[in-house]
Amino acid sequence: MMAANIVGLAEIQRQVMWNRLIAVVEEQAQTMIRTAFSTTVREAGDLSAGIFDLEGRMMAQAVTGTPGHVNSMMESVGHFLKKFPAETMRPGDHYITNDPWLGTGHLHDLTVVTPAFHDARMVGLFANTAHVIDVGGLGMGPEGRSVFEEGLYIPIVKCFDEGRPNETFFDFVRAGTRLPVELEGDIYSLCACNDAGIRRLAEMMAEFRLEGLEPLAAFIFENSRRATEAEIARLPSGTFSAEICSDGYDEEVTLKAAMTIGKVGGKDRITVDYAGTSPCSTRGINVPAAYTRAYSCFGIKVVVAPEIPNNWASLAPFEMRIPPGSILDAPRPYPVSVRHVIGHLLPDLMMGCLYQAVPDRVTAEGASSLWNPPLRGGASVSGPPRGNRPALPDFEIITFNSGGTGARPMRDGLDATAFPSGVRTMAVEATENVAPIVVWRKELRPDSGGAGRTRGGMGQIMEIGAKDDLEFACNAIFDRVKHPPKGRSGGKQGAGGRVALKSGRILRTKGFQIIPEGDRLILELPGGGGMGDPALRAPADVARDVRDGLVSPEAARTLYKVVVGPDGALDRAATEALRHPLKT
Amino acid sequence: MPSSRLAVDIGGTFTDLALEHLGKRTTLKVLTTPAAPEEGVMTGVRAILAMAGVAPEAVGLVIHGTTLATNALIERKGARTALITTAGFRDVLTMRNESRYDQYDLNLLLPEPLVPRHLRLPVPERIDHAGAVLAPLDEEAVHALIPLLARENVESVAVGFLHSFVNPAHEARVGEILAAARPDLFVSLSSEVSPEMREWERFSTTTANAYVRPLMARYLGRLEEGLRTLGLSAPIFLMLSGGGLTTVETACRFPIRLVESGPAGGAIFSAHIARESALDRVLSFDMGGTTAKICLIDDFRPQAAKSFEVARVGRFRKGSGLPLSIPVIEMVEIGAGGGSLAHVDAMGRIAVGPESAGADPGPASYGRGGTSPAVTDANLLLGRYDPARFAGGKLPLDSAAAAAALSRAVAAPLGLATEMAALGVVEMVDENMANAARVHAIESGKTYEGRTLIAFGGGGPVHACRIAEKLGIRSILVPSGAGVGSAIGFLRAPVAYELVRSLYQRLSAFDTNAVNHLLAAMTEEAEAVVAAGSFGARLSETRTAFMRYVGQGHEIPVPVPPRALGPDDVAGLRAAYDAAYARFYDRPVPGSDIEVLSFSVIVSTVPEPLAPPDAHARGAAPNGAAVPPDFLQSVRDSATGEIAEWPVFARTALHPGSRIAGPAIIAEDETSTLVGPGWSVALNGFGYLALSQEAQ
Repeated sequence: MMAANIVGLAEIQRQVMWNRLIAVVEEQAQTMIRTAFSTTVREAGDLSAGIFDLEGRMMAQAVTGTPGHVNSMMESVGHFLKKFPAETMRPGDHYITNDPWLGTGHLHDLTVVTPAFHDARMVGLFANTAHVIDVGGLGMGPEGRSVFEEGLYIPIVKCFDEGRPNETFFDFVRAGTRLPVELEGDIYSLCACNDAGIRRLAEMMAEFRLEGLEPLAAFIFENSRRATEAEIARLPSGTFSAEICSDGYDEEVTLKAAMTIGKVGGKDRITVDYAGTSPCSTRGINVPAAYTRAYSCFGIKVVVAPEIPNNWASLAPFEMRIPPGSILDAPRPYPVSVRHVIGHLLPDLMMGCLYQAVPDRVTAEGASSLWNPPLRGGASVSGPPRGNRPALPDFEIITFNSGGTGARPMRDGLDATAFPSGVRTMAVEATENVAPIVVWRKELRPDSGGAGRTRGGMGQIMEIGAKDDLEFACNAIFDRVKHPPKGRSGGKQGAGGRVALKSGRILRTKGFQIIPEGDRLILELPGGGGMGDPALRAPADVARDVRDGLVSPEAARTLYKVVVGPDGALDRAATEALRHPLKT
Repeated sequence: MPSSRLAVDIGGTFTDLALEHLGKRTTLKVLTTPAAPEEGVMTGVRAILAMAGVAPEAVGLVIHGTTLATNALIERKGARTALITTAGFRDVLTMRNESRYDQYDLNLLLPEPLVPRHLRLPVPERIDHAGAVLAPLDEEAVHALIPLLARENVESVAVGFLHSFVNPAHEARVGEILAAARPDLFVSLSSEVSPEMREWERFSTTTANAYVRPLMARYLGRLEEGLRTLGLSAPIFLMLSGGGLTTVETACRFPIRLVESGPAGGAIFSAHIARESALDRVLSFDMGGTTAKICLIDDFRPQAAKSFEVARVGRFRKGSGLPLSIPVIEMVEIGAGGGSLAHVDAMGRIAVGPESAGADPGPASYGRGGTSPAVTDANLLLGRYDPARFAGGKLPLDSAAAAAALSRAVAAPLGLATEMAALGVVEMVDENMANAARVHAIESGKTYEGRTLIAFGGGGPVHACRIAEKLGIRSILVPSGAGVGSAIGFLRAPVAYELVRSLYQRLSAFDTNAVNHLLAAMTEEAEAVVAAGSFGARLSETRTAFMRYVGQGHEIPVPVPPRALGPDDVAGLRAAYDAAYARFYDRPVPGSDIEVLSFSVIVSTVPEPLAPPDAHARGAAPNGAAVPPDFLQSVRDSATGEIAEWPVFARTALHPGSRIAGPAIIAEDETSTLVGPGWSVALNGFGYLALSQEAQ
C-alpha cells in the first residue's frame, strides 16, 4: 500500500508539473504582450512561446498565441542547436533569427532562443516568436520579387553574449529598419520574456527537486502521443482528397491535398501529400514549408484532437509531404512576405479532406485569409508637398479585419471573426488617432453568409478615406474574391470579396494601388460558406435574420424557402406551402 | 457621526447583513428572494434590528450592494433596449474585436449583444478624432426613430457615437430630442456613462447601463420605500464596483457601476484587515462553492482597474463576456470552488472545474443525488472535514458517497487508490489557483514574495496553506466573520466616486491648460457626487494618468499631484513614469517619447484613523497557555501524501497568544483552517488566525 502510494504521488506530481510547465510558458507569453512595442504583438497577439528539451523537442507551448507559429517555431529550435550546439551555450546567451526558412516563414517574425540553466547545468531551452512591425525593405506586402527586397535578413546569431548585448548586431538592426526604437525594444522584450520563463523554471525545479527535465519530458511525450494516436484511431481510415483555389497574385493558385488516415508501421498517423499544388509565384505570397506544416497541423488538430496541448509528441503523428518548389514549399530566395494569405487557406483544405471522414466535426469554408490593408500616404505616395496643395503627413498603418467563418454543423458561422488566425482587430477610434484616415463604414455585409441549415458568418463592408479625402495608397493582400468560400452538405457558398474605389472602379486583390484624391477605398469582405440544405433551416432563424437586415426577403424566399413580411414577421402558412408544395 | 451603520449585501443565495452599533457588530444571513429582492432585505433588516436591540431611527446610514444588475445581464432579463449609433457602425457590438477567445474550439459561443440588430439604429453624423464635425447630426433621422421606439416597446435607449468622448455634442442633442419627445424613456449617453476611447468597450458599457437601468431604478425605489415604512430615515448608499459608495440618485443614472459590488466588498474587507494589521502587501483569497477570487492589495488599497468583463459564456475564459469600461477593483475569478467537479482527461490527467456541482445536487457527499466527485468530496476523504460537523452540523457529509464518486471518476481510470485520487484532485485545484495567481501577478507587474494571504469564504482557509506554499507566501491571516465578509467590507468603504476620461497627450507637447481644465472639471463632478453623502467629512483626491511609451501597448498608472499643473510638472511626470516602468519591467527604454491616454480622478472621504494596534493585538505573544485539542483526526498531507494524526481545535476554544504548531486543524461552523506541517498558528488580538511558516 505504501509503495503504491509513493508511485501514486509521483504520478500526481508529474501531472502537476506538466500543468506548471504550461503555466510557465503562459507567463513567458504574457510578459511579451506587456512589454512589446509592435502593435502586431500587443494588440493583435501575433506571437508564440514555448519550452524545449535539450534535443530541441517542444515540451509545452503557451495557450496565448497564433497557430501560424505552432511547430514552425518548434522546428526552429533544432536549427539553432545545429549552428550553436548545446555544449557551447552559456547562461545569459540569447540567439536570434528571422530567416523565413529557419524560423516561421517571413522576415517580420523574429525568433529568440535562450538556454536555461539550473544548478550550473543546461536543462532546456526557451523560445519565442513575434511578428514585429517593420524590418525595412519594401514593407509588408506582396510586391517583392525575392526575399532580399523584403527587408533586413538576420541569420542565426547571438544577440546577447552571457548577458552583454552584441552591439554590432544591434547597430545593424537599428540601421535596417524604419522604426529602430521599436525594433530594438521588441528584441529586448523577446529576450526578457525568455528570462522570465527561465526564472520560473528554476523555481519549479527547486520546488520539485528536479535535476533535469528528461523524466518529465518523457512523461509529457508519452501521454500526448498516446492521446493523439487514440484520437486518430477513432477516425475512419482511408485517403481523402480535396483542393482549394486562391486568387493568387496575377494567376490563380491551386492547393491540392491527399490526406491518408491510418496505420504507418503500426502507428496511427495522418499523412498529407500536396502533389499537384501550383508552383511558386513570382511575388511574396509563397509559403516556406514550416509555415505550411504549421497551418496544416492546426487545421487537422482543431478537428481531431483540439484538447491535447501542443508539443513535439502531440504534433508528431501529422506528417506533410510537400513537393519542393511548389508554392507550399518555396525555396530561398523566393519572396515570402505575405505567406499568410495562402497559408490561412490550409485549414479549409484540411477540413475538405476530413469532411469525407468525419462530416459532422468540420466547418464549411470561411473567409480565412485576413483582410489587412497596409495603408500609406504622404510624401512617399504623393511626392513632396508643393505650393498650396494640401498634403497628408507621412503615415503607414495596417488594420486587421476579418470576413465570416464557415458554418458549423450545429451552429452558424461567426460573423466578421478571424479564423484560422488568432489576431484581434483595433478600435476604429484608436486607428484614427494614430493615422490621418477616416473609416466611414465598418459593419456587417448583408446576404454575404452562405445559406444553409446553418449559415455562414457574415463578412463586413469597410469604407476608408484619407483625411480631407486626399490621395493615399493601399498595398493590397486580399483573397477569396474570385473563389468564394464553399459550403458543405448542400450549403451554399459565401459571397466572394470585392476591392473597389467608391467611384466604382474595381481594384486588384493584390499589390500597390493609389486611391485618388476625392475617392475612397471600399472593401467587401467574404462571408463564410453554409452547411446543409437551406430549406431545412429553422424558419424562425431566417425570419430573425430578415428582421435584422442580414438576409433579404428575396434570399429568404429563394434560398431558404421562407416567406417573411416586410416587417420581419414570419408567414408560416406561405413558408409551409413553399417548402412542402405536395402536401398542400 | 451616525450612531449606527447597517450593511446589506444581496447575493445569489443569501442576503448578508451586518450592523454596527456602539462599537458592537451583529451579523445575519437570510435567504435571497430573487423575484422581489427587497422583501428578503426587509425580513433581514427587521430581524437584525431586533437581534441587536436597535431602533430603526437609530440607524444613521444604510449601505447596500446587490447582484441584481449582474444577474440581469447574465440571465438577459433587462429592459427592451435600443442603441442609436453612427451610421456605418451598426454592428460594433456584434463584431467585438473580431477574435475568438479559444483558438481550438470550433463550436465556440460568443455572447449575443444586449441589443438585437433591428434595434441598433444608425443615424447619419460623424465627428473626427479631434472632435471636429465631419458630418452634422441628421436631426430628422433622429425624429424619425421616435415612432419606431414606441412600436417596438423600447423602454431604454443607449446613444453611442464615434469619438463622442472628445465631442459629446451630437449625443447630447439626441438626448434632448428624446427627452422632449418621450420624457418617460431612460436615455444613457456613452459620453456620460463611459467617456473613454475604444468604441466597442464604450458602446458595450453604455448599452449594458441602459439595459439594467429601468430595473434598477424601480428596485431602488421600492427598497427606499420599504425601508422608510420600517421606520428607517437614514440615507441609503450604494456600493460601487470600484470600492466607493454613492447615492441612490447616481446609482439610478449609472447602475452599471454597481455590478460586482459584492466581491468589491470582500476586497475592502481584506483591505481593512490589512490596514488594521499594518500589512502593506496582501493577497486576498476568497474561495466559495463555484469560484475563487483573488485580489492584490498594496498599501491597504485593492488593486484598481478601468475595465471588467461580465456574463462570460466560455468557462470563465477571458474574452467571452461583455466588456465594461468602469472603475472596478481588479479581481481574477477562477472556476475553482468546493463544488468544482473532477474528471480524468484524454491525456490521463486529473482535471478540476470549471464545471460545478452547484448547491443542488452539490458534491456527492451532500447525499442529494450528486454522483460526480467535487473538491469538497476530496477534502473530506483526506480527513480535512469532520463529516458530522460540516456547516455547523446542519449538513452531515456522506464519506462513502464521496469515496464511490472519486473511485469511479478518478481513481479507477488512473489505477490509483481512492485516497490518492482525492489528493490528486486537491493538489490539482490548488495548482490551478496558484497558476492563475502567478499569471495575474505577471499581468500586474507584482510579486508574491513577502505578502500575507488573507483567506476567507468557505474554502479559503482549507486551501490557503498549500496555495501559499506554491506561491512562496509564508504568512496567512484567517479573519473572523468571513462568512459575511462583503457586508462587513461595505461598512468600511469610503464615500467615493471615480471618473475616467480620455485625453490624448504626448509629454513632448504636453498641453497643461487642456489637462488642468479636464482634471478640474472631473474633480468638480466627483465632488458633487460625494458631497451628497460625505456629511462634511474631510475629502481626499487622487489623480492618476495612464501612460505608456509611444507605440507600446499597456498603460501604467502614474500618480498626478492633485493641483493645477505647470510646465515644470512635465519632468516630474516623466520621472514618475520611468520609475513605475522600471518597477514593472526592469529596464526603461531610452529615447522614447511618452503618451498619456487617459486620466482618472477619485474623490473620497478620508477613512477614520484606526487606533494603532498594540503589540498584543497584532500578534502573537508566543507564550500563551497551551490549548488541548478536541480530538485527533487522520489526515493525508497533500504535499507528501503521508497520513498522520492531526489535532483538531475548536476556534472558539483558542485565546489570544496561544500558539499551536502544525499540522493541525482549527474547526469552526463555516469552515476549517488547515495548518500544514511546518506552519504554526496563533489567535491574534483581533480574533484572527495568524499562520506563519517556519523558516526552512
